[in-house]
Amino acid sequence: MSWTHNILLLLQQNWPGLLKLIVAVSVLLFFVAYIVLLERRLSAFIQDRLGPNRVGPFGLFQPLADAVKAFLKEDYTPGHTKKLYFTVAPIVAMVPAIMGLGIIPFGSVLGNEPMVIADLDVGILYSFGISSLGVYGILLAGYGSNSKYPLLGALRSGAQLISYEVVMVLAVIPVFLISGDLNLSKLVANQANSVSEWMFIKAPLSFLLFVILMFAETNRLPFDLPEAENELVGGYNTEYSSIRFALFFMAEYAHIILVSAIGATLFLGGWSLPWFGLNKTADSLYLGLAQIGVFILKTFLFAWVIVWTRWMLPRFRIDQLMSLAWKKIMPIALLNIFITATWIWLVP
Amino acid sequence: MNETNKKGYKIMNRPAASPAVSCYFTAVTGGIRVTLSHFLRKKITMQYPEQKWQLPENYRGAPYLVKDQDGRVKCVSCQLCEFVCPPKAIRITPPGPDKNPETGNVEKRPKEFHINMLRCIYCGLCQEVCPEEAIFLMNDYALTAKNRSELIYNKDKLLELGGIKFDNIQKWKNK
Repeated sequence: MSWTHNILLLLQQNWPGLLKLIVAVSVLLFFVAYIVLLERRLSAFIQDRLGPNRVGPFGLFQPLADAVKAFLKEDYTPGHTKKLYFTVAPIVAMVPAIMGLGIIPFGSVLGNEPMVIADLDVGILYSFGISSLGVYGILLAGYGSNSKYPLLGALRSGAQLISYEVVMVLAVIPVFLISGDLNLSKLVANQANSVSEWMFIKAPLSFLLFVILMFAETNRLPFDLPEAENELVGGYNTEYSSIRFALFFMAEYAHIILVSAIGATLFLGGWSLPWFGLNKTADSLYLGLAQIGVFILKTFLFAWVIVWTRWMLPRFRIDQLMSLAWKKIMPIALLNIFITATWIWLVP
Repeated sequence: MNETNKKGYKIMNRPAASPAVSCYFTAVTGGIRVTLSHFLRKKITMQYPEQKWQLPENYRGAPYLVKDQDGRVKCVSCQLCEFVCPPKAIRITPPGPDKNPETGNVEKRPKEFHINMLRCIYCGLCQEVCPEEAIFLMNDYALTAKNRSELIYNKDKLLELGGIKFDNIQKWKNK
């Protein structure tokens, strides 16, 4: 009795937060579906094709058809797998991608409600911590599948994500040195007033490294070694079918959106634009919605680049990948931190 | 200059990569150029049910029976096509000994003529073997039906689909 009462009380007090949570996750999943469509249409156009354009106007209902198909297919578990890990892996892959959304400020305020689910002071640390949990999903899938290609994919994924997580954090440290705060809301507020305040101008090297590393974070070409369709027959998701495969697929695209959102927040000023009064906390509902629109647009920009690059560049070899992370990007990132820190120390 | 080793094989000296190449700058710009040019290019996809191929004159689609310009059924029920058909898709029911007054000076006309389009392999041997030029492979290539029996075409259907083919000899007319 008492614990249900407590939960009800909690809901009563926090219903705007709960609503925000539900809406944010729904919007994320909506964009996951549509970024898949974007990828299919874009890749088709780059390959002189038209892509899926039959379901609804311009193929806009294609994600719906895909989802129905994924649900209706047989959810098959091969006999040789380790059942528990095999079942848990897609969930473990999907959950961090959604959890990472929690700290991203996707708007200033709507009414009196701040448009961020959890305005944490550790901010970006939480984000990187959570997103690196996604690697467990892939490792579990590779181990649980109990066959060679998934295992190879999982090993590569482990090596890749551990290396790139380190380098990624080092690459964005200068942004927080300049901003002086790990809280993402404050970071956005710092960038709001003009384009020259945006971090991709103030920390261009960090931006460049981030753009390179975000491909590795999301397992996308040119760093998609864990999947590597043509050498590992899909890597960690080889043995999966039906909705469990779809979960991995959605996790990948949710990661793309998450990384794009982080990129937009860190380097492109988040929900703010220096014009039309969008640079400060919204005082009307329309401005609040416009700021959410601005944020989605900036996120979309990054996502577009990530999707386009897949059809542009070939895959790295695993040794090239490792040497790129440790021997090239790591020293540059360290140097970047050193120079930025010295600059801030000398020029107040 | 390239040197040769002890066995006389030429040793190719690999030129050192320029900084632009080794930091993937040329790869990225080249990639953008190629993908962008293809993105903006005219698409080659043909949207099938609305747009269809321009079929050549001698296209080998489904075989149908034809009439001549006087509306006479040209088939004389010789059954050569039935015998030659490799997948045994054709089945002809001959008229038997009864004389059909409608056929005029032609002795026979098939009582029934079935082509099983599920079996037909569009080889064209029936057309090739026909002494009367009564059966032709036409332009239909996407035959669909709700069940198998619908795809066994009878004489009326075959004649209707085949239509009229102009015959400038009409060898039976003046016999």
